[in-house]
Amino acid sequence: MDAIVANPSSATAAAHVMPGSGFKVSARDCNVYYGEKHALKSVSVDIPDRSVMAFIGPSGCGKSTFLRCINRMNDTIPICRVTGKITIDGQDVYDQSLDVVQLRARVGMVFQKPNPFPKSIYDNVAYGPRIHGFAQSRAELDQIVMTSLEKAGLLKEVKDRLTDSGTSLSGGQQQRLCIARAIAVSPEVILMDEPCSALDPIATARIEELIDELRSNYSIIIVTHSMQQAARVSQRTAFFHLGTLVEEGETGHIFTNPNDKRTQDYITGRIG
Amino acid sequence: MTDISMSQPSGSYTVNRKFDITSAEAQGRIRSRYRAEARFKSYGLLALGITSVFVVILLADVFVRGLPAFWQHRLVLDVPVAADAFGAPGSVDAAAIRGGDYYPVTKAALAKAIPGIESRSAERQLNRLLSTGAPDILRETLVADPSLIGKTVKVPLLLSDDADLYFKGAGSKIVSRVPRGIATPSGVTGEVTVLTASNDFADELATIKRALSVRAGGVEREAGRLQRSPDKANQARAVELLEVAKALRARAEQPRGEEPLDADIPSVLVEINGGLVKATKLSDSAITGEVLLPLKSADEAKPANWKIVTYVTPEANRKVNDQEAAFLERLRSLGVVESGFNWRFFTSGDSREPELAGIRGALVGTALTLLVTLALCLPLGVGAAVYLEEFAPKNRLTDLVEVNINNLAAVPSIVFGLLGLAVFLNFFGLPRSAPLVGGLVLALLVLPTIIIASRAALRSVPPSIKEAALGVGASHQQAIFHHVLPLAMPGIMTGTIIGMAHALGETAPLLMIGMIAFIVDVPQSFVESATVMPVQIYLWSDLPEQAFQAKTAAAIIVLLGFLFVMNGLAIWLRKRFERRW
Amino acid sequence: MNEHIVTSYEEELALLDKKIAHMGGLAEHNLGQAFDALERRDPRQAELVVKSDKAIDQFERDIEALVISMIARRQPMANDLRHVMVALRIAADLERIGDLAKNIAKRALAIAHESHPKPLMTGLGHMVELALKQLKAVLDAYSERDAEKALAVWRDDAQIDAMYNSLFRELLTYMMEDPRNIGISTHLLFGAKNVERVGDHTTNIAETVHYLVRGTNVADDRPKSDQTSTTLISHD
Repeated sequence: MDAIVANPSSATAAAHVMPGSGFKVSARDCNVYYGEKHALKSVSVDIPDRSVMAFIGPSGCGKSTFLRCINRMNDTIPICRVTGKITIDGQDVYDQSLDVVQLRARVGMVFQKPNPFPKSIYDNVAYGPRIHGFAQSRAELDQIVMTSLEKAGLLKEVKDRLTDSGTSLSGGQQQRLCIARAIAVSPEVILMDEPCSALDPIATARIEELIDELRSNYSIIIVTHSMQQAARVSQRTAFFHLGTLVEEGETGHIFTNPNDKRTQDYITGRIG
Repeated sequence: MTDISMSQPSGSYTVNRKFDITSAEAQGRIRSRYRAEARFKSYGLLALGITSVFVVILLADVFVRGLPAFWQHRLVLDVPVAADAFGAPGSVDAAAIRGGDYYPVTKAALAKAIPGIESRSAERQLNRLLSTGAPDILRETLVADPSLIGKTVKVPLLLSDDADLYFKGAGSKIVSRVPRGIATPSGVTGEVTVLTASNDFADELATIKRALSVRAGGVEREAGRLQRSPDKANQARAVELLEVAKALRARAEQPRGEEPLDADIPSVLVEINGGLVKATKLSDSAITGEVLLPLKSADEAKPANWKIVTYVTPEANRKVNDQEAAFLERLRSLGVVESGFNWRFFTSGDSREPELAGIRGALVGTALTLLVTLALCLPLGVGAAVYLEEFAPKNRLTDLVEVNINNLAAVPSIVFGLLGLAVFLNFFGLPRSAPLVGGLVLALLVLPTIIIASRAALRSVPPSIKEAALGVGASHQQAIFHHVLPLAMPGIMTGTIIGMAHALGETAPLLMIGMIAFIVDVPQSFVESATVMPVQIYLWSDLPEQAFQAKTAAAIIVLLGFLFVMNGLAIWLRKRFERRW
Repeated sequence: MNEHIVTSYEEELALLDKKIAHMGGLAEHNLGQAFDALERRDPRQAELVVKSDKAIDQFERDIEALVISMIARRQPMANDLRHVMVALRIAADLERIGDLAKNIAKRALAIAHESHPKPLMTGLGHMVELALKQLKAVLDAYSERDAEKALAVWRDDAQIDAMYNSLFRELLTYMMEDPRNIGISTHLLFGAKNVERVGDHTTNIAETVHYLVRGTNVADDRPKSDQTSTTLISHD
């Protein structure tokens, strides 16, 4: 399929933009190897601030791998090797001088399966601020916890049972608790790895609504298998296939008239 | 996509075959499937049943043997304590009470209970009925309450092990028979003859003749066996035996002759005029014998006033001879024998006297040893598990370490004992037989088990929890110590307790480091000589005294109880701290 | 184009195309028959055309229902989304074309008993011929997903407009010559206008096909050649 109209925000066009120029997160020529396997091939992408970026693609296409590069979660896998450059506000994530603990405080993460700690709701949210020493007093910590729960849209539901176990909540509530936990350390970027894949449609809708609200304060990157979800929540969408970033662009454009045939085949339900 | 349309089944592939699952054949297949299932189930039940039977047999055996050892027989005697036994009355020194000799006092009390014993040997036998620890009981009573001095004290005095066993049923079957005639004893003590008007002893005599005949048969068979032997000496001995057998037969076939009694045939006794005479010679109408319990008088006794008593088990096959049995029966009839729970078993250390031996020393030794083991194993094992599971780089070295830890778990325990002997005793010069060394050796033994169990527990914590902690900016160590380790703790505790239970039952390595010694004192510290429960059991099982058999079984019951408690604790911990995620 | 993983989805998309083709063929046929009825002054055929328009309406309703159900059940994306939306629009255009053919047929009924001025009928005949050719071409472009062909149709609409302009002038002149001609001329004028509208709808379809294939709208403005709205009779 030939493009008769040039798309200004395609992957190739983005490669000419210098890192840090108006984008929150920028990746240049990012490669990931799991031992011998070349999992991510020369990905370059820019992610704007205060917007939602969706990563879509078939399983094993590298979208989660790339997501986990941004907060260096891949460091926990010994055989994983990352080359290239990823910057947040122009600062290299893989720079020796950058502390990974600090980075993960700046880049929050929400996982596929809701994974609250088997502790009280309060302790779940307070854990991050506690280990980073954000609060000087108990009152201040209470403030942080309440604000985070409020922002995650969970406060009303759990106000009276903050001491209950986080695992006693429903799946959707647990996921929002995880979002509150991520918000509590005041991150700039929130990474979401298929946050709704284990939830029912109503809980999913709640999370999507929450993502839309959080957009005004955070840069959000969401990996999802649901194209409808990507279309609903994101402003920009990137399509990964076999470890390469095939196409990146405005969500409306990607879902009505993608430039690349592989993108079109994937989103219309044909085999690429 | 072209390849999909190509792989779609074309007409030639589709075989229009209908599978009928309601046909008789298919029904048969289903039935045979169910039969196979039922068969498998029954194999399982069978295996379970066999195992249960063995367990039940084992437990029943241990309990039947061991439970009597938890009870003990005592003589409750009135012991008069002279007011001036420990110096001047009114100014009694505690040290004097403690240092006093109580043996004469208890002896006197016993003599008062069974008066009239003149023979020195009979007196000795009477005194041997009491345990050597019996005076100590009186001592403890008086130390606890000095005001009893000068009064008559009622104390339960411990019986010796043989006397105790006699009351627990290890004596002889006793048959007594009321005769028809009037009996006349020739004296009250020493060697006496009892004559009857009618032939009252005819039945006893017949019994003894039968026994002689049986014995002659036995000797003949033995002689026959020896005759077939090629050895000349044996054949000579066979000739001798044949002579003996002939003599026995001659005695057995002479129906009316007076017959001497010995220890290999049932004992015949006559209870008359409040005394007891043991027959040494027996004829139809008279016995000659020695007085075991003195008679009150030498008067004639009417049939209702005298009895013929037979101790069916020959004296040679009993621990308790006729004199002792007579004393014990008398004491029983006096009503001073009392049975009570054997607290001493739990409060005293080991002893050569079965009635005094207890397991406290072994229990304390076990506790101290296990404390050392636990204090070493838990931090080391958990530390090693956390390092290997979470921090260690995956390379040849850590692979080697892992393989060796798994191998160590399979090393025979005696090897650890040898290691302990070589390293802790010979190289470091630590004290022999001490709980410290035992604990060190057992720690080596248990460490691999704990490491493996801890690693499994750590692995079973879902990685999502660790990721969550890392995701909010916890360091690797924080993620593990705040989240992973607490969640793995129930598993680690269970593994540790099972490892400790394993250590609890371990004997072999402790033998190597000298914990097999006979130790009477209850150990007070980690470096004193001590022994542990399984070693104590092993030691007791080796001793010749019959009473120690029951003690061994009783100690096994205590050890099993200990194990049940530990395993119960493991289950409780797991249930209590297990979390859902 | 690869096939969908879901076969029934693929079948529904094919059914949609089949219905459009069928409906287009029917509209084409009706237009031809309506002019035939006009030319031959055959009221029976005219009535057949009027009746047959109902079938076209039914096609439109069918396509609409199919599209709605596909949007609800398949959530089409990208080219599939354009495909179903385009089908809906083409169906609407074809339905209008059908209506216009019916309108011509009705005029054929009205003037069945009047004499026809031969040259005017020939002019109108050329126009109808061109409109039919365009319609057929655009339907081919749709079924072949041929954007170039659609663009060609789109450009050629100027010819129909030009023919209509000249026919308009001729009819005006004819009416001015003899006021008795005004009746029939008005009918013919409206008929010509209808054919010109058919051309416009064909152009719409061409634009739609272009959007379907390329995903973008035709970049520049459509050339406007129908000047009748600004034409007056000059009494020189």
